[in-house]
Amino acid sequence: MKPLKLCMLFMIVACLAIPASVFAEPLTINWWHAMRGPRGDLVEHMIGEFNASQSEYKVVGTNKGNYDETMNAGVAAFRAKKQPHVLQVFEVGTQTMMLSGAIYPVYKLMKDTKIDVDWSRYLQAVLSYYMNADGNLMSMPFNSSTPVMYYNVDMFAKAGVAPLSKTDPITWDELGEITKKIVDAGIAPAGMVTAWQSWTQIENYSAIHNIPFASKANGYEGLDCELKINNPQVVKHITRLKSWADDNRFMYGGQKYQGPSAEFVAQNAAIYIDSISAIAKLKKSANDFKWDAAPLPVEAGTIKPQNSIIGGASLWVLNGHSKKEYKGVAAFLKFMASNEMQEYWHKGSGYFPITVDAYDSLKSKGYYDAEPLQEVGISQLNRAIPTKISRGLRLGYFVQIRNIINEELEQVWNGKKSPQDALNDAVSRSNDQLRTFEKTYK
Amino acid sequence: MIKRSFFKSRTLPYLLIFPQVAVTLTFFYWPAFQGIIQSFLLSDPFGRRSQFVWFYNYVELFTDPLYLKSILTTFIFSIAVAFVSISLGLFIAAMANRAIRAKAVTRTLLIWPYAVAPAISGIMWLFLLHPSYGIVALGIKNWLGIDWNPVLYGRDAMAMIVMASAWKQVSYNFVFFMAGMQAVPKSLIEAAAIDGAGPFKRFWFISFPLLSPTFFFLTVMNIIYSFFETFGIIHTVTQGGPGGSTNILVYKVYQDGFVGLNLGSSAAQSVILMSLIIVITFLQFKFVEKKVQYGG
Repeated sequence: MKPLKLCMLFMIVACLAIPASVFAEPLTINWWHAMRGPRGDLVEHMIGEFNASQSEYKVVGTNKGNYDETMNAGVAAFRAKKQPHVLQVFEVGTQTMMLSGAIYPVYKLMKDTKIDVDWSRYLQAVLSYYMNADGNLMSMPFNSSTPVMYYNVDMFAKAGVAPLSKTDPITWDELGEITKKIVDAGIAPAGMVTAWQSWTQIENYSAIHNIPFASKANGYEGLDCELKINNPQVVKHITRLKSWADDNRFMYGGQKYQGPSAEFVAQNAAIYIDSISAIAKLKKSANDFKWDAAPLPVEAGTIKPQNSIIGGASLWVLNGHSKKEYKGVAAFLKFMASNEMQEYWHKGSGYFPITVDAYDSLKSKGYYDAEPLQEVGISQLNRAIPTKISRGLRLGYFVQIRNIINEELEQVWNGKKSPQDALNDAVSRSNDQLRTFEKTYK
Repeated sequence: MIKRSFFKSRTLPYLLIFPQVAVTLTFFYWPAFQGIIQSFLLSDPFGRRSQFVWFYNYVELFTDPLYLKSILTTFIFSIAVAFVSISLGLFIAAMANRAIRAKAVTRTLLIWPYAVAPAISGIMWLFLLHPSYGIVALGIKNWLGIDWNPVLYGRDAMAMIVMASAWKQVSYNFVFFMAGMQAVPKSLIEAAAIDGAGPFKRFWFISFPLLSPTFFFLTVMNIIYSFFETFGIIHTVTQGGPGGSTNILVYKVYQDGFVGLNLGSSAAQSVILMSLIIVITFLQFKFVEKKVQYGG
């Protein structure tokens, strides 16, 4: 009998001890994110700074894998009522999160916890991607990037092309001439490659030229939106790329970034279009030649190009926690938006600082004089006030839609479909997805 | 008279089979049942709203020409994988069975690829066959003069994933064929040899028919393998591309369900996939098995 009694005594003590220790400890705020490797280290450092800055709350960051896995982990946890306070979700999941009913909108959180935020001091092209139709911020932008054009300076020099401006875009026609020179002179086997073709060649192309990607203000104003990418301008752009593909001025290197990036690094292509977050990777791998970055090209005759749109992820606050904990969440989000944290994050990861203040502060410290590459994306993003068309995309089943666009574009590149047919099919297939999505949320 | 043992207690047998039934129910029937229910629903991933839509998800799938194409792709892929891996497995087993020196070492080495995870196998083949940095690909382009580009052409991509998938499975087939050949009575082969049959005839008229049970078993296993386990290869090598030309059913289930969070459609696809496999296996048992000779 004795061991049993001892065991029970121990259990009682343990039961009493645990709640007692909870009172003594700071409140735990859980943040599930998709940042690994060097970015994961940066995130851990920022969390550590927050935890050290105060004693009321303790943020615990957990990496849940890549973006898909993190979102799935959040969904599964929410269904099991074990959701974290903060969940990082990639930009294409914005619509799903917004309609989920599982979230505590950030603007409301800040209002309820009486934290005063001057949203006008944020980068508007970043904020607008995560706002609802009324202009209220639903999630906190975290890692945001935008595509730019990298080019091989040595190859440009060989072809007798002067280095490009970091703020004023060249035109697509000029790019065609440059790539023609490079390919014809045999300087490189191919002219340009592009990563994430849907994002860079259709989504951003449309935003920069203020062409609707979808109806209903790109889906911001209703679930009954339809894709619009089979319009003459986009068809013309894809037709041009196809004709470049035929004479090697454009080379298709795969859907994601690995293939195209490898082609650029191996000097198989002189121009590489990808996110600004590729700067760090290129610095590591592209050492055999000099390279630089420039804004994405625009159509000839574009008087004032619009802002490009962002990619990346934002932080969503999930429902179902106590008021006290939400106070901690709000404090944490505010801390993360501070100049110090934003500068640290931008320098380390290459993702945008989300506030104008952090940007100005970096500027005044001369950071962009030392790192001019880092400014290319920001100035492209900030060059215009976002319109209803260039502020972002708000589509259901966006992952599937991007897949569809990828599939259809690949059929253009390998000659199975004409650009017009492929884009028509992309639109009608995507519309089917949008209708199913609409039906789900009706 | 057959001796029967029986239980005196009526509850004991039930008790004894209970763990087995419980495991099967929890881990197989319960999820399968959930999947079937989900396939009739349109629901948001967070499970806050869902509506019963009858066969909407199925109708959407079967009116999507690309889904039908994906079924066709899956069949082409699995038949190709089964054919390549079984014929190579049989060939290698027949050769290894006649190996004179270092028999054990040869066999062990031939089994090794089976231990490689599909995803790794995919990556290795990608390194060999990638149009820009693949060594073999450069050879194909330079010496054979073929415009090899699996990133761009569906046909090349298909060939690449068939190779990567079949390569791994060759070892598996090899093991079974090897065991099957060992079981072929030596006396039959010797008798044939005395009658003047050469090695090829001995193989074709004696070993091969006696291997038919193994053959049948491996066909079923290889088809199931290519339907499901090749996921890792597709995921690392082509992601279903280019232009959906390697988008086999199981990959589409993953894309739509796990990445795209369209649970209803994904569940419907799983149900279709499950039915397909059941039908294929049933047909194999019904028609092919009749021709199989189990007795020696």
